[in-house]
Amino acid sequence: MSILVGKDTKVIVQGITGREGEFHTTQMIDYGTNVVGGVTPGKGGQTIQGVPVFNTVKEAVEKTGANASCIFVPARFAADGILEAVYAGVDFIVCITEGIPIQDEIKAVNVVKTSKSRLLGPNCPGILTVGECKIGITPASIFTPGPIGIVSRSGTLTYEAVDALTRAGLGQTTCVGVGGDPMPGTRFIDVLPLFEADPETKAIVMCGEVGGSDEEIAAEYIKTMTKPVIGFIAGLTAPPGKRMGHAGAIISGSSGGPQAKVDALKAAGVLMAESTADIPGLVKQALGL
Amino acid sequence: MKIHEFQAKQLLKQYGVPVPEGQAASTPAEVRDIATQLGRKVVIKGQVHSGGRGKAGAVKLADNPNDAEEIGKALLGKTLFFAQANSDLKINKLLVEEAVNIDKEIYVAITQDRARQRDVLIVSTKGGMDIEEVAHNNPADIAELFIDPLLGLPDYAARQVLFDANYDVAHINKTIPVLKALYAAYVGTDATLAEINPLVITKEGTIIAGDAKWDIDENSMFRHPEFAAYHDTAEEDPIETEAHRRGIQYVRLEGGDIGIIGNGAGLVMTTMDEVKRAGGQPADFLDIGGGAKAEAVTSSLEVVLSDPNVKGVLFNIFGGITRGDEVAKGIIAGVATLDVKVPIVIRLAGTRAAEGAELLKTTNLVPAETMQEAAAKIVELAYAKK
Repeated sequence: MSILVGKDTKVIVQGITGREGEFHTTQMIDYGTNVVGGVTPGKGGQTIQGVPVFNTVKEAVEKTGANASCIFVPARFAADGILEAVYAGVDFIVCITEGIPIQDEIKAVNVVKTSKSRLLGPNCPGILTVGECKIGITPASIFTPGPIGIVSRSGTLTYEAVDALTRAGLGQTTCVGVGGDPMPGTRFIDVLPLFEADPETKAIVMCGEVGGSDEEIAAEYIKTMTKPVIGFIAGLTAPPGKRMGHAGAIISGSSGGPQAKVDALKAAGVLMAESTADIPGLVKQALGL
Repeated sequence: MKIHEFQAKQLLKQYGVPVPEGQAASTPAEVRDIATQLGRKVVIKGQVHSGGRGKAGAVKLADNPNDAEEIGKALLGKTLFFAQANSDLKINKLLVEEAVNIDKEIYVAITQDRARQRDVLIVSTKGGMDIEEVAHNNPADIAELFIDPLLGLPDYAARQVLFDANYDVAHINKTIPVLKALYAAYVGTDATLAEINPLVITKEGTIIAGDAKWDIDENSMFRHPEFAAYHDTAEEDPIETEAHRRGIQYVRLEGGDIGIIGNGAGLVMTTMDEVKRAGGQPADFLDIGGGAKAEAVTSSLEVVLSDPNVKGVLFNIFGGITRGDEVAKGIIAGVATLDVKVPIVIRLAGTRAAEGAELLKTTNLVPAETMQEAAAKIVELAYAKK
């Protein structure tokens, strides 16, 4: 067991013939992900890394039975890629692309909401279920099987946390990168119930950052959870009004500041790590190890 | 990207939102000419990227072209303190426009609501003031409408938000097209904030935009090459301007002296936090991004070192797509070409970190195993008494 993706996930890659698309297709296949095809308009009929390329997502889904897609197409076309995947009936859409115009993102996210599809990202590292399936760009070598679920707004910060867990002998179930954009398709509040319901996950590590109110919203749900949550917030020293790399990491006006997030999570019973180095210790404490 | 009021008003006009007649001026003579052309009482407004310009003394009325020119002389080139921007800003341009007869001041804005994942149209009849204050003290005076992006802003929705705001019924029908034009401008220009405060109901009963605050989504610039001309770097930090020109994600942090370079926004922010915990003051946020090549690393180091306050530099790289050996090569090249007088601590982990560490062995750069150790080392070295 795990959440969202596993051995039965059949993945297509949108933008498979691009530099990033092809490189990460290889990485995903090497990890054991069942990549069944790719899409690049006008390049249908080719084969990349041993998988067939199709002209449209609809055709790829019809011919391969894919139920997940990984989008690597450039920012100006990426929202259209999401819409195309929804149209083709893909269950789980992972959009890695960074820099999508916010108006395009709002349309795509709202279309997804009215469909049966789920969107992870945009501007995210993707998802990895240990030993089963990797969709996206997460470096596989740092993971080891175990009982910890991870959800994070930041890619490399997640690697830091996972690496620390693995070194401390704490393995993982699934690692979900929700991404650093202001309007992500999947948020903490969507992922936490899945971990709560997953029998293999015993504790959850949640890495948030400044900007928005997703951590505060998640805190309300965490109050009802039975499993322990260990939290970390990046950007305690971030100044207001400045975008810290991620489009979503900005303290604007009175909202999005780090202390309110830390306070809300603490009040919900989350064990807050002041430093990423403290995460493994808090996980052990929570699990009574 | 913030743009100036006079630019925003040009955009509003294109989309059919009524704005006062006027033009921007860079010299007192131009101020005079515009006032003469308008032939009536004018308002002269300093063009800086900040609200609260009236309070700062950057907005003046002039009855005739002579007075207008005098005000132009007094304001142009002057540096004033703007509380809302919390900084001193120099006035390089003035907007000279016809003064309108204000009867009522309305607050209207469109921006994104992240929690609901929609654009939100905000209307308050308590216009002309700081809206955050109104929201805090009298939340009932603010009406919000969350716009379905697939539906846009139909008449009924615009009408609803006006009634919700207890808007004067006599003016509702003529305000609806203004709100619709504002939304069209917001979407059409890929704005992230479109604020008209105040939207003026004049004594003659017309509706006109008294002010305009406008931010444009930088991710959309490929659709709007013409907006490149709106980019005014005068108020930016010069190091930030140079970094952006090089395509580097860099934010200068006030009062800091430890340069920070890392990969990934969350990790760089965390590195800043760790330096602070170790007793240091981070001087910047610099994200080299994913898969950076050696040249980009060298260029980043150069940007960070161009800040004269920097007493030490910390590299924190957790390689996924980014390769440790590539980063090491970039740092070594940077140290070879730049005159580096401050200590550099490097923490490499992840992809090809061992190869990177091997390359760095031949240098006097200081390695660190973990982020926490790296933060402690750079603080110790940078603040060591010489």
